[in-house]
Amino acid sequence: MNGGTMLGAMRSVLARDLMLAGRRPVDVVTALFFFVIVVSLFPLGIGPEGQILHAIAPGVVWVAALLASMLSLTRLFEADFVDGTLEQMILAPQPLSLIVLGKVSAHWLVTGAPLVLMSPLLGLQFGLSGEALMILALALLLGTPALSFIGALGAALTVGLRGGGALLALLILPLCVPVLIFGAGAVDAAATGMETGAHLSLLGAFLVMALCFGPWVTAAALRIALD
Amino acid sequence: MLRGEALAAMRGDRKLFTDLDFDLHAGELLYIAGPNGSGKTTLLRMICGLVIPSAGQVLWKDENIHTLGEEFRADLLYCGHLGALKDDLSGLENLRFSCRLGGTPVSEDEAVMALSRMGLAGREDLPAKVLSQGQKRRVGLARLLLMRARLWVLDEPFTALDVGAIELLRETMRTHLAGGGLLVLTTHQQVEIEAAAVKRIEMGP
Repeated sequence: MNGGTMLGAMRSVLARDLMLAGRRPVDVVTALFFFVIVVSLFPLGIGPEGQILHAIAPGVVWVAALLASMLSLTRLFEADFVDGTLEQMILAPQPLSLIVLGKVSAHWLVTGAPLVLMSPLLGLQFGLSGEALMILALALLLGTPALSFIGALGAALTVGLRGGGALLALLILPLCVPVLIFGAGAVDAAATGMETGAHLSLLGAFLVMALCFGPWVTAAALRIALD
Repeated sequence: MLRGEALAAMRGDRKLFTDLDFDLHAGELLYIAGPNGSGKTTLLRMICGLVIPSAGQVLWKDENIHTLGEEFRADLLYCGHLGALKDDLSGLENLRFSCRLGGTPVSEDEAVMALSRMGLAGREDLPAKVLSQGQKRRVGLARLLLMRARLWVLDEPFTALDVGAIELLRETMRTHLAGGGLLVLTTHQQVEIEAAAVKRIEMGP
């Protein structure tokens, strides 16, 4: 088995999932709209009080991003499980962890990346400064892929369970707390003019850890789920 | 080449089967027969490595299939009763994806040829959701024409197929067996397939 075919399986899963998302854009748009609407509700509900909005902005945007990722992650393996593709993925002569990596990457590209691109625009509603907006996007860029990897593990553990969505949230949200703390912390620090390097480094470390261990653990969970 | 040793399976507290042995060599066919719920599909999934036996082991070329891992899976082609087709993709895209996933990338021409041999000429580009049950099965079975797996494990391959397709599938199986392939299948239909040896496992109720 050479490296070309191994990456080939990952690439073809990635390409297929992107194609499927293109054929059924509703799923993609739902998560993005959820994010936009939840974030926009806060300024509307609280009113134009700059100080409060300013203070809650990092937390609100991050919590909304977390919930938006969870919303779409519950179905990451569900469709493949129902139609039997997941069996074929497990039986493929390539490491399942690479196939998982392809699926998670596709998921992040269609749901996580739009959140990152949209976030500076939403941050404006809270009167964040230019630098804080940039840090917000950067922190989300590092944090949302980590959330996707953590969520994929939960989706693999709950695949095929009825009411798996609620269980997934219970399993996964506590694991997302560190990403939330340091992600919101980075934006907070930028908004108050402090150093953001430490927060961003920690977010990067979480991402690297999730990237290295996530697909591997998720693959093991999928094998157990299909037994 | 393919051997099962003292296999046992549990579903919850219920024993599906215990002490099941079989031995299959190149060119041989193994029928797994039995009433609904007797554990035929579980046995097939065990042979593929999807289900871990609660006792015993499955050996491929005298090595445990879980030790062999990818090496075994490269020799294996499994068609379950789920078709593994995506409704939003065309028959052609589905076929090419499943071949690539199985480690045998095929060109568009090869895939079109296989589909037209399966009687789907002119329908390659239709999304799978508009195909009939039988046509979906045919897309799934077109993989048999393209992939070079030594061991075929087929769960009810004749379901929903018309007489012509059954004949074509029989012919494909005959060629596979004559070329030294192994075939394990469950079926409720009476379909005779010539092989170097035909073995049978009768599963209890």
